Amino acid sequence: MENALLLSDEQVALQDTTAAFVAEFANARKPPEEDAGLWRRIAELGWPAVQVPEEFGGLGMGAVELALLMEEMGRRLIRAPFFTSVVLAQTALLQAGDAAARERFLPELASGETAATLILAPGLVWAPGALTVECHRDGAGWVMNGESAQVLDGGDAAMAFVAARTGDGVGLFHVPATAAGVERTPLDVWDLTRPQCHWRFGEVRLPAEARVDASGALDTGLARTVALAALQLAAEQVGGAAACLDMTVAYTKERVQFGRPVAGFQAVKHRCAEMMVRLETARSAVRGVAAAAAGLRDADELACEVAVARVLASEAYRYCAQEAVQLHGGVGFTWEYDPQLHFKRAQWGSQWLGAASRWRERVASQLLDLA
Amino acid sequence: MDVMTETQFRAEVAGWLARELKGEFACLRHRGGPGDEEAFPALRKAWERKLAEGGWVGAAWPQEHGGRGLPLELQLAFHEEYVRAGGPGRMGHIGETLLAPTLIELGTPEQQRRFLPGIREGREFWCQGYSEPGAGSDLAAITTRCWQDGDVWRVQGQKVWTSLAHESDWIFVIARSTPGSVGREGLTFLLMPLDQPGIEIQPIRQMTGEAEFNAVFFDGAATDAGCIVGKPGEGWRVAMALLGFERGASTLGQQMHFVHEMQLVVDVAIATGQAHDPAIRERIADAWIGLRALRHNALRMLVGNSGSVRPESLIYKYAWSNWHRDLGQLAMDVLGAAGDVRSDDDAVRRLQQVFFFSRADTIYAGTNEIQLNIIAERALAMPR
Repeated sequence: MENALLLSDEQVALQDTTAAFVAEFANARKPPEEDAGLWRRIAELGWPAVQVPEEFGGLGMGAVELALLMEEMGRRLIRAPFFTSVVLAQTALLQAGDAAARERFLPELASGETAATLILAPGLVWAPGALTVECHRDGAGWVMNGESAQVLDGGDAAMAFVAARTGDGVGLFHVPATAAGVERTPLDVWDLTRPQCHWRFGEVRLPAEARVDASGALDTGLARTVALAALQLAAEQVGGAAACLDMTVAYTKERVQFGRPVAGFQAVKHRCAEMMVRLETARSAVRGVAAAAAGLRDADELACEVAVARVLASEAYRYCAQEAVQLHGGVGFTWEYDPQLHFKRAQWGSQWLGAASRWRERVASQLLDLA
Repeated sequence: MDVMTETQFRAEVAGWLARELKGEFACLRHRGGPGDEEAFPALRKAWERKLAEGGWVGAAWPQEHGGRGLPLELQLAFHEEYVRAGGPGRMGHIGETLLAPTLIELGTPEQQRRFLPGIREGREFWCQGYSEPGAGSDLAAITTRCWQDGDVWRVQGQKVWTSLAHESDWIFVIARSTPGSVGREGLTFLLMPLDQPGIEIQPIRQMTGEAEFNAVFFDGAATDAGCIVGKPGEGWRVAMALLGFERGASTLGQQMHFVHEMQLVVDVAIATGQAHDPAIRERIADAWIGLRALRHNALRMLVGNSGSVRPESLIYKYAWSNWHRDLGQLAMDVLGAAGDVRSDDDAVRRLQQVFFFSRADTIYAGTNEIQLNIIAERALAMPR
């Protein structure tokens, strides 16, 4: 019985404290100099430790708690390496990393003293044939070459976990951002709340222990990583969509035209109600899939279930952001009002970890290609 | 409740259905839901009595009212196993899942003694007298009148869209008892026998060619004074309490019907080769995704805390009815030109019925437009 959809008192408390914190310290409109301070506070609150097992200094919670955090951070467009370091890098270590790598990296990632990122094929999909980095043996160690055009990293990631071709397969490698031959160039992105860098690897020499994937776990592990990260991205998108709806309802109640608040016009009410239908459908899907995720051992089954949350949340966010722009009228198109921030984040999120069409095709092939 | 208990319960339900849903009842498998209510009515009533003998009618009711007091988890399990086994659309669901809980909550002990056994034993069937020609989703606009006349109450007026009135024994009616009252005031909730000279039932032929709805005309029809639920003038409260039971555990049963219909669409797409068409693949994936989301939403709705405004409840009707309508269109697109001919194949015929009947889904029980108003006003507190 999936009554895990009912949040426990502890989960509700986590949700409430998270919401209160991000409401107070949201930095989407603050200068980037304040970002490091926000990340330190987030680390003090223990959020980077949420999904890390207790043996590695974590809190040992799961996808449901992580999704609650992501939803609240998505609501306020928090600019911090939480998504990259916790949702991407940590998850990759947990799903595909070997015992030594987990022991070595999870405690510092859980404490938040270090932020990491993850490099897969472009767009953060798991497609071994599309990898753009290669790594060949050199004596006992490795030499890495290649580049990744867009990495989720604001220049603050201390390390990357990089999926690279090895000549006889694929490996997951730990690469410090300071390693000789690593070159990072910040990109001029539209969504300023989710910065990206171009990473270039030129003859980067790595020790033997830089290879961190557990034997035989890479393919399934990274497929699961992408699915679990897509679920968390969906949670973030639900939070963003909720913010769009809230700000739009508030604005239309205040904005008077033709002698009455525009919120009283049925055309406006129906559009807001439609936003809510899509938002709550996506929220139910995220909650339901998050509650079931730990029990879905088969990677294909997990991906199909995550597709539900991913497709609906991605499209709900785009829809709600677009409606927020429209229903704010002229000011909705200005830099000063928040709809544009969400409009850009929604567009960003629709393309990473697999666009909706890719997730739909996963479902279609499960349903239709069995024969 | 531990997992083994639910597993055992599911096995018990599935075993019972496997033993009983065969022989004379075999033709009922997957038949008789909305859009197919004209299928085998007499046999489906016999099936209701069989279900009752098995202890499956009223199983959710409290034990002191003859039920089994099944917890929500087991109610859900029952509905899922029932539909998985192809259990037919329930003739008794209005009585069992709407009226009975209302009587248990708001009826007198005498009403409970008089009406609950007939429902639980599959002997008496009920229909719902809410809608009127001048009051579709606007229940407060009803004009059917009722008044006390000695030991009886009498009703004058007309109800419409009454599902299965022609197969029912009793109707519950909301009517205006205070002359000149408006809106929600002055309404009374009555239980009335249908088989009497003052009531005339006229079938309404639908787009599908079938007639599961009716117009019901009341010309001084009578019922005992003891058949008023709540006090005279408090009918609105009773009517709303009854609607509150509409989103119970049987919701999951409805979804299992959807799962069955979805599988029929998938089967047709594979059989016709349309499973290779990228646009069809995308729509089938979307249908499956939508159905999973309905399930997550329904579970959230059923397990959630009561009290404050529940958005997942408010969006539910709008979400499922639109999903179902889209599935009907997808089914016909997958069938192609063959969809234009009434089919004798049960699976194809079912999809044709889904296509046509689902056009009613977004109208009855509150149109899409009313649903959006309700969401905007109740969940978002936008002005009326």
